[in-house]
Amino acid sequence: MNWLLEPLAYQFMQRGLFASVIVGVLCAVMGTYVVLRGMAFLGDAMAHAILPGVAIAYLLQGNLLVGAGVAAVIVALSIGLFSREGVVKEDTAIGILFAAALSLGVALISSMQTYAVDLSHILFGNVLGVSSSDLWLIGLLSLIILLIVAFFFNQFLVISFDPVLAATLRLPAELLRNLMLVLLALTVVVSLQTVGVSLAAAMLVTPAATAYLLTRRLLPMMLVSALIGALSSVIGLYLSYYLNIVSGSTIVLTATAFFLLAFLLKKMKSG
Amino acid sequence: MPHTPHRLEIENISIGYGDKIILQDLSFQVPHGARVAVVGPNGAGKSTLFKALVGILPLKSGKIFIHGESLGAHKDCVAYVPQREDVDWRFPVTVSDVVMMGRFGQIGWWSNPSKKDKQIVRKSIEQMGIADLTDLSIGQLSGGQQQRAFLARALAQEPHILLMDEPFTGVDATTQEVTFGLLDHLREKQVTTIISTHDLNLAASRFDLVLLINHRLIAFGTPKQVFTKEHLAGAFGNSLLVMEDGMMLVDECCPPEEEHHHAEVK
Repeated sequence: MNWLLEPLAYQFMQRGLFASVIVGVLCAVMGTYVVLRGMAFLGDAMAHAILPGVAIAYLLQGNLLVGAGVAAVIVALSIGLFSREGVVKEDTAIGILFAAALSLGVALISSMQTYAVDLSHILFGNVLGVSSSDLWLIGLLSLIILLIVAFFFNQFLVISFDPVLAATLRLPAELLRNLMLVLLALTVVVSLQTVGVSLAAAMLVTPAATAYLLTRRLLPMMLVSALIGALSSVIGLYLSYYLNIVSGSTIVLTATAFFLLAFLLKKMKSG
Repeated sequence: MPHTPHRLEIENISIGYGDKIILQDLSFQVPHGARVAVVGPNGAGKSTLFKALVGILPLKSGKIFIHGESLGAHKDCVAYVPQREDVDWRFPVTVSDVVMMGRFGQIGWWSNPSKKDKQIVRKSIEQMGIADLTDLSIGQLSGGQQQRAFLARALAQEPHILLMDEPFTGVDATTQEVTFGLLDHLREKQVTTIISTHDLNLAASRFDLVLLINHRLIAFGTPKQVFTKEHLAGAFGNSLLVMEDGMMLVDECCPPEEEHHHAEVK
C-alpha cells in the first residue's frame, strides 16, 4: 500500500490528483456529446483556439484560466455565427477560426521573453503546478457545468438525436446548441492545467468513445465514460509520478489503453 | 354552436432556402380526421412542405393555421415520422427511450414520467407489434422495425396532426400493413394524417384526399378529382405516358438511394 500513499505525502500531488480526477470526469461527460454529435474536430479546435486568450492574460498578468475562458467562449460563439444558416460549412468555419486563433496565440507567446517553459505547460499541462486557488476554480466551474448538463439532460438528448422532434416540441434548438458549445469551451479551459490544450481533445473523445462501445443508453454511457475518465486520471498520474513522464501523456495513454481493451472485448463478443 | 375551423389551413405559403423558392403560393384546407396523400415528382417540394408544417423551415410568405391559430401557438399537436435517412441510428437509445421522447411535450422537461406516461408508452409499443424489442437499441432493429418504433412514438405523442415522410418506401409488407392499421386507428380518433408517397396506387386507393404538387399546387381533392390526365400531365410532364385504353404510365428517375420506380394509374 505504501506505493499508493507515498506520492500523496506531497501537497502538490494531492491537489494534482483532485484536479485531474475532476477534469477526467468533466471531459468524459461533455465528451459524450462530442462523440455522439461528431464534434471531435470542434473540441480539438477549441482547445487550440484558447491559446491567444492565455497569452493575453499572461501579458496582462491576469488569471490564465479567465483569459482562456474568454477566448474559448468568443471562439465557440463565432463558430456558431459563421456557420449559421449554412453560409459557410461548420467544419470550414472551425478550420478558419482554429488556425487563426492558434497563429495569433503563437505570435503573442513568441514575443514574450520566457515563453519556452510556459508554452510547454500550456500545450501539455502541468498538473503538479495546480495551486489551491486553481483547484477551487476548477472544482467550481466543473460543478456548474455538470449541473447544467443534468438540468438540460432531456433537451440535449432530443436536440442531439432528433432535431425535427425538437422543432415540433418548440425547443429553442439554436440557443441550446450555443449553450452546449459554451459548456464545451469551458470544459476545455478547465482541462488546460491538467492535460494541456493539445491533449484536451483526447480526454474529450477517448473515454466517451470507450463507453459508447460498452453501453446502449445515453445515461449509462455518460456514467461509464466518467468512471473511465476518473480512472485514467488516477492511474495516469501515478504512472507519471513513478516513471517521471509528463502527466498529460500518461493520462491520455491510460485512457487509450481502456479504449483498446473495450474495443477487443466488443470484437470478441460479436465475433 | 360556434364554427369549428379547419384542422389545418394553408394560406398562400411560399417556402425555400436562401433565394431559391421551392414551393410557390400554396393554399389548401384539410378538415379534421382526413387522410391526405402528398404526391408529386422527385424534388417537387414534398419534404420541404413537411419541414414548413413542422416549423423548422420559416415561411417566405403566407400563413399556416392549426385549429384557426397560427403555427407555433400549440406546443405539441403536430407529430412527425422522419424519413429513415434523417435519423442517426447509432445513437445510444432504446426503443422505449425513443417512444418516451414522444411524451416529453406532455411530461414537461423537468419531471419524471408518470405511471400514465409509462403506460401510454408501453401500449403504443404493443400496438405497433414490437413489444419484444422494447429494450433493444434502435440500431439493432431492422428497417421496418425502426419505422414502427417511430410510429409508436408518434402514437404516444397523441397528436392532432401526424406527418409522415415516405413511410412506404423500402419497408416490408408487414410494416406497411401495421402503418395502415395505425392510420385507421388514428382516423377513429379524429387525427389528421398527411403522408408523402411515391406510390400513386396507394394514394388513389387508400386516402381520402390527394395533394398533387410540383413546386406549386397542381390539384387538391379526392383521388378521383385529382388523378386526371390534365393534372398528372401538369405534375409529371414528359414522364407521363397515356395509353390508348386510358391507362397512364408514370416513369421517373429516382434519387440514388431509391430503387427505380414505376407507378401506374387507371
